[in-house]
Order: sequence, then structure tokens, then C-alpha cells
Amino acid sequence: MGNSTVFNVRGLNVYYGDFLAVKDVDMDIKKESVTALIGPSGCGKSTYLRCLNRMNDLIIGASVKGQVSFENRNIYDSNVDATEVRSRIGMVFQKPNPFPKSIYRNIAFGLKVNGFTGDMDEAVERSLKQAALWDEVKDRLNDSAFALSGGQQQRLCIARALAIQPEVILMDEPASALDPIATLAIEDLVRELKVNYTIVIVTHNMQQAARVSDETAFFMVDKDRSGYLVEHDDTQKIFTNPTNQRTEEYITGRFS
Amino acid sequence: MDSRRKFWIRVEGSIVKWLFMACASVSILTTIGILVTLLYQGYGFFNEVSPWEFLTGTRWTPILKPRSYGVLPLVSGTLLVTVIAAMVALPVGLMTAIFLSEYAADNVRRIIKPILEILAGIPTVVYGYFALTFVTPLLQNIFNDLLVFNALSAGIVMGVMIIPMVSSLSEDAMISVPRNLREAAYALGATRYEVSLRVVVPAALSGIIAAFIIAISRAIGETMLVTIAAGATPRMALNPLEGVQTMTAYIVQLSLGEAPVGSLEYNTIFAVGLVLFCMTLLMNLLGFWIVRRFREAY
Repeated sequence: MGNSTVFNVRGLNVYYGDFLAVKDVDMDIKKESVTALIGPSGCGKSTYLRCLNRMNDLIIGASVKGQVSFENRNIYDSNVDATEVRSRIGMVFQKPNPFPKSIYRNIAFGLKVNGFTGDMDEAVERSLKQAALWDEVKDRLNDSAFALSGGQQQRLCIARALAIQPEVILMDEPASALDPIATLAIEDLVRELKVNYTIVIVTHNMQQAARVSDETAFFMVDKDRSGYLVEHDDTQKIFTNPTNQRTEEYITGRFS
Repeated sequence: MDSRRKFWIRVEGSIVKWLFMACASVSILTTIGILVTLLYQGYGFFNEVSPWEFLTGTRWTPILKPRSYGVLPLVSGTLLVTVIAAMVALPVGLMTAIFLSEYAADNVRRIIKPILEILAGIPTVVYGYFALTFVTPLLQNIFNDLLVFNALSAGIVMGVMIIPMVSSLSEDAMISVPRNLREAAYALGATRYEVSLRVVVPAALSGIIAAFIIAISRAIGETMLVTIAAGATPRMALNPLEGVQTMTAYIVQLSLGEAPVGSLEYNTIFAVGLVLFCMTLLMNLLGFWIVRRFREAY
């Protein structure tokens, strides 16, 4: 694992209208590692995640102040195109959201909009293999994605994100809608993918954070209901010997 | 429980359900009634004129001698005006819907939607005179040989008239496409245009096609506008610069005349009405089939 950072976040504040949802976050995210974001509901961890690929642009009334540097370039600079940011920083959502199209066309979609000109069949196969889904669907690529189980749909969504070969994959509680076995499959996948990708994963399952991540960032919510970063360190340290007392209380389940 | 309360519960149980059911059956009974009338009176017509002659004949002169009862000129007139209207309304209506659902800010949508609904509320007779006295002279500047009564002007104005129907129903379908499908596409680096055309429109396709079908059915059945602006010349030709007579306009023309009840002329109304009924029915069946065939269920 290299020490180079992919994201440098400085003084990040996110507002929904007048409401300050995320307050003053500074964070560096390491390349080719898994960073878990944990914390109680409403602590702004998902909101923060969505700043990293400018998905918050799509929410009416949301505004982002501060700096999110992705490979030394602030993605909120006025000359940066949000669609380009998103094609380099993929995202997997809480609830599987395949398109109501065939399995094949779900993968091909992202390639088409990004102007892919290579061998589409090969790209589809490669992505599905990376997401450990190929063997289960190779005989029915033209079936509707909705015919798959929830866990398979989520792996399809991961394959769809991988197809366009992003550098980072953001995951917003990717297993929260899945059963335990499907959850384990996703976690295995996350561990495999970090060899080539930087992964930032929001989870409210602390065992999951401990199992899959190299680093963990703990978010809390203050008295004005604004989320803030309490502590960010190696996962090992956060779970065994956290610096902040609030982190320890949360980890040990004294509040949630 | 006091007895009055008990009585009420009994009454409610027996009467209220029947009352609601009676209301629900009004529209069904009306449809059946219309169909029976059309068939009964149409039967009188087809006793004297063979269905073959009626459906394949290319001359429609039921009042003038030599009499001829080929309905095709009326059908072609109807279709000509409808096709022109559809060519205006479907693209403009769909693009309006995409704009409202995917591009417009909330405050813009709040202004445009009521304006479109006003457009939908204008009486069709007003549209008729708008076509005849405003659009036709305007078009005559472009097409020198445009007649005063013509299919082009009536079709264009009819298209404008049904835009709100297309846009409003299509927008409803597009708005109800789940937000997470849009997010999935945006997260892959799709632009707003790509999200609209490759995700939202396909996912809303069944609703959009339903909107098209309803609008086209409306165009086929529209009466006042074409009676005023399209003329009264049953004609097989497909030249939109000349006048045509639609089925509906013919029915108006004959109803205003003095055809004695029960006469053959009088019965033509029902034969033509039957064709009109079948055409809209076919449109609806076609729409039903297309929706089932192409929809992306989400």
C-alpha cells in the first residue's frame, strides 16, 4: 500500500439551504486502500461521501464550501466538469439501483456514455468477473437486471461502476439492504478490489468497518445537528485504542 | 348501541355499496349504450349499402347525386389532419415534458405548468377560428396555393392544442421514475441529456406512449376545430394544402342539415360513427400492446 493520497479535503462545509450538515472536515484519503466512514445516523457521513464525486450537486439547495482535492486538483473549481469527476470516481448506492434494462446493457450504459470504442462484450465480461458475478449470469446476459437477487443486483451495480475503470469507488452502505450471505460476498469483493482501487465506504455496521477497512473515520453530530469528523486513523487503532473518548463510547456500543 | 345507530349501520351496509357501484356503472352503461345505438342504426345503413362498398369506396357523396358511400375519403381526411397534429404535438410535447421533468428549476416549472393547463382549457371553437383567421393567412405567405380551408392549418393548430395533453401526461410518467435510477446514471458520468434520453425516457416509456395514444385519439375525435378550419370536401388526395373533410366534420355537417330520421342519409352518421369508434378502439389496443411490449418496469 502506497502512502500517496488521492483526496485532500480541507475545511469542507456542506449546507442544505441554511442548515449546516457537515462542518469543517479535513481528511486525507489514501490511494489503493479502504477507508470506512462510521458514525450514528444523521452524522453527515453519506453527505460527506457524496461531496467526493459531486453527487451533492444534484440536490437542490445543497452547497459545498471548502476544498476537495482529487489528485491535487480541487474538484469544486469552476473549470472542473462534474460529469468528468463522476466518470473517474464511481459510486455504489445503499439500495441496489440497476437500470430496468438487461444485465448486459446495465454494464454497457456507462461505457457508452463515456465514449468507449473497444470491444463491448469483452468489457462487460471483464467487469462482471471483477465483481464476481460472471459465473452466475454469463448464460443470461440479456435477462432483465431485475430478475437478479438483491445481492446479485448490488454486485451488478459494482460491476457497472467498475466497467468505466474509475480510480475511486465510493460506497454508501452498500450492504445495508442485503442479507448476511450477500453482505459477506460484497465485503470479500471490497477486499479484492482495493488492490487496484481506492475505496471509501460508509457503513453503520462496525464489524463491517473493522473487517474490510484499512482506515476508519468516525463522524459525530453536534448540538446543532451538524456532522463533524471526530477521529480518523488506522482501523486497528480506532477499534482498539481510539484517541477520543466519544469514539470509544461509540465503538463499544454505549450509544448509537 | 341505540337502535337508531343500528339502523344506520344496516342501511349503510346495504345501500352505500350499491350507490357507489351505480356511480361506477354510469360510464360502462354509457359506453354500452353508445355502441348499441351505433350498431343498431348502422345495421339500417348496411342493409342498403354493402360493408365492402362502404369500407373500400373512394367517393363519399351521400347527399348529392350520383350517390356514393365510400368512407375512405373521410378516413383519409381524418388521418391527414391527425398525422399533422401528431407531428407537431408528439415531439414538442415530449421535449416539453423532458424540459419540465429534468431541466427546469422548481420555480420555472411552477410557472409553465399552469400556462400549459390554460392552453388545454381553451374551447376548441376558439382554436378553430384561430386556425382559420390567423394561422391560415400566415401560412398563405409561405404556401401560395394554400386554400382558405385546408388540412395543414387545422392539423398544426390541433397539434398545438394537444401539446399540453402529451406533455402533462408524459411528465407525470417521467417524474415518477425513481430518483435512484437518475443517480445511478449521473454517478457513471452521464450528462443531463444522457440521463433524460437513455434512462428517464425509456423507464417512463409506457406512460409516454399512453400519453401519445390518448392525444392521438383526441385528435381523431376532435370535431369543432376541423369543422371550422379544414373544410367540407371529402377528398382522397393527401395534399395538406387543400381542404378535407374529417369523419367528425361530416357528422356535424349532416346533423345540421335536414336528413329525415331513419333515412339512408341519416343512417350514414352512425356508420361513420362506427368507423370512428373502431379507430379509437384500435388506437387504444395498439397502445396497450406497445406499452406491454416495450415497457421497462422499475
